Amino acid sequence: MQTQEPAAPFVWPFEDASRAPFQVYTDAAIYAREQERLFRGPVWNFLCLECEIPNPGDYKTTFVGDAPIIVARAQDGSVNALVNRCAHKGALVCFKQRGNAPEFNCVYHNWTYDLTGALTGVAFRKGVGGKGGLDADFDFSAHGLERLRVETYGQMIFGTFSQETPPFRDYIGAELCANIDRVFVKPLKVLGYHSQILPNNWKLYAENNKDSYHASLLHVFHNTFGVVRPNMGGGVKISPNGWHHLSYTVRNADSDDAVGREKVRSLKESYKLHDARMMEHRLELGDLTTNAIQTVFPTLVVQQILNALAVRQIVPKGVDRTELVWTILGFADDDAQMQELRLQVNNLVGPAGLISMEDGCVGGWVQQAAKADPQAMTVMPMGGRGVEASEGSRVTEAAVRGFWRGWRALMGV
Amino acid sequence: MNATRLEADLALRQRLEDLYADYVHAIDDDRLEDWPGFFVASGVYRIATRENRDLGLPLNLMYCDGRGMMEDRVAALRTANIYEPHVYNHAVSALRVTENETGTIRARSNFSILRTVNGGETSVYACGRTYDEIVEEQGLLRFRERLVVLDSRQIDTLLAIPI
Ligand code: FES
Ligand SMILES: [Fe+2]
Repeated sequence: MQTQEPAAPFVWPFEDASRAPFQVYTDAAIYAREQERLFRGPVWNFLCLECEIPNPGDYKTTFVGDAPIIVARAQDGSVNALVNRCAHKGALVCFKQRGNAPEFNCVYHNWTYDLTGALTGVAFRKGVGGKGGLDADFDFSAHGLERLRVETYGQMIFGTFSQETPPFRDYIGAELCANIDRVFVKPLKVLGYHSQILPNNWKLYAENNKDSYHASLLHVFHNTFGVVRPNMGGGVKISPNGWHHLSYTVRNADSDDAVGREKVRSLKESYKLHDARMMEHRLELGDLTTNAIQTVFPTLVVQQILNALAVRQIVPKGVDRTELVWTILGFADDDAQMQELRLQVNNLVGPAGLISMEDGCVGGWVQQAAKADPQAMTVMPMGGRGVEASEGSRVTEAAVRGFWRGWRALMGV
Repeated sequence: MNATRLEADLALRQRLEDLYADYVHAIDDDRLEDWPGFFVASGVYRIATRENRDLGLPLNLMYCDGRGMMEDRVAALRTANIYEPHVYNHAVSALRVTENETGTIRARSNFSILRTVNGGETSVYACGRTYDEIVEEQGLLRFRERLVVLDSRQIDTLLAIPI
């Protein structure tokens, strides 16, 4: 019989976070350790939006790492996040995506839980004809659904398994909270969902969002069609610990934009859009920001691209598979015209997005190439080796290094 | 149903079968430049998902309001967007005319798509239904509206080529 060498414990192979070994994308042991140390660690995981479960009994199912989760609003209006796994034999308690229910029944043997996850009923608990049933000392209170701590910020509901996670405002810091406050300024409504199966490790997409360096190089739609707005400013903000970031561009105040329409410059007459309605921008947020991509470590992206508002949730599905769930948003008070504009601009983003579809495949290309050499390393030299914010330039990998700083801290490597 | 009506229905059906076949052949043969021509100038093309439709949510994966946007989509695929080369093989079935009044034909169909990436692996990429509005224009049948509803919410990797 062949014996397997015990795997050596993973050690970060470089002196800082400006290099990362390919192993982090391909190693099943690292994936397992992430479930335990990272997703169950002191992080706030995005669960859903408040407007998705407005009424008592409303629930939605989602994931934190591999753990299936139910988010439910109880009769008293409180939001509860529960592990979607029956305390009896472990079946999914709730197998629908969303709905409204007075309580949760596990269909397998009909154990019943209330909306806070407390076990309220066990079928045949007294047995049948005096035989069978539960022992007298069976403790209902010890057999509820596992609960997560919950916090709501900016109409988004977050959950954490850890007692140590600081309040959300401290978790990402005031500077980055300000962008959420800026974008989600009015009651939100969901315009729809997309989901994308990415053939790569979840971290490759997490990094991609923080990689402001690639944007104008990989996504050439704007340049090709000359829809580049002149004199744009912008930059990258990074939380002091490196974990979270905001990458943004701001356009110049432009006088012939009284009605809020973009004036766009054409670089090449030959490539001109026949219909540029999807590039229109109504200045609805009281500023000139055209693009704001914000990450909340580990798996949330908050997006404002012109009038396309969305949250993206990165859901790991194994070491080389990821589901990216897009929840596309508008404001509850949008009129028909505004909704139409949002539907138009959403041609730019999502799985078929003219400026985002490339992000669906690049991660897979890294994944395919990474497998052969787990010890080889990626190099992230742009903008130095630290995680400093940068004003005026997005040609930096500082936020990606920040991601690795957070990852290493939580993984203890 | 009288004999003339039946004959007319069969003739229309034959023309629709040809339209649907020509449409998927253009896409599957990578003649994407021909795709907007299957629509009237103000034609509307949308790809949505069953989940969003069932929830009454208006979001689309792809939304072209007018032939101009379709031409832009094709031009972007040719010049700007980056993805692994791949081809579709559409299978269209269960074509049914649901209404044929005053010059507008409504029809629905089922489809499935096998996708072959880079001349290599073939896999099931998508299936769903189309809900179409078709009119006669200069002796040709063209789509005034084509709503593609995918059964699944999940898109494998990306959606570049129209369906
Ligand atoms: S597994 Fe849920 S009741 Fe038995
Ligand atoms: Fe990107």
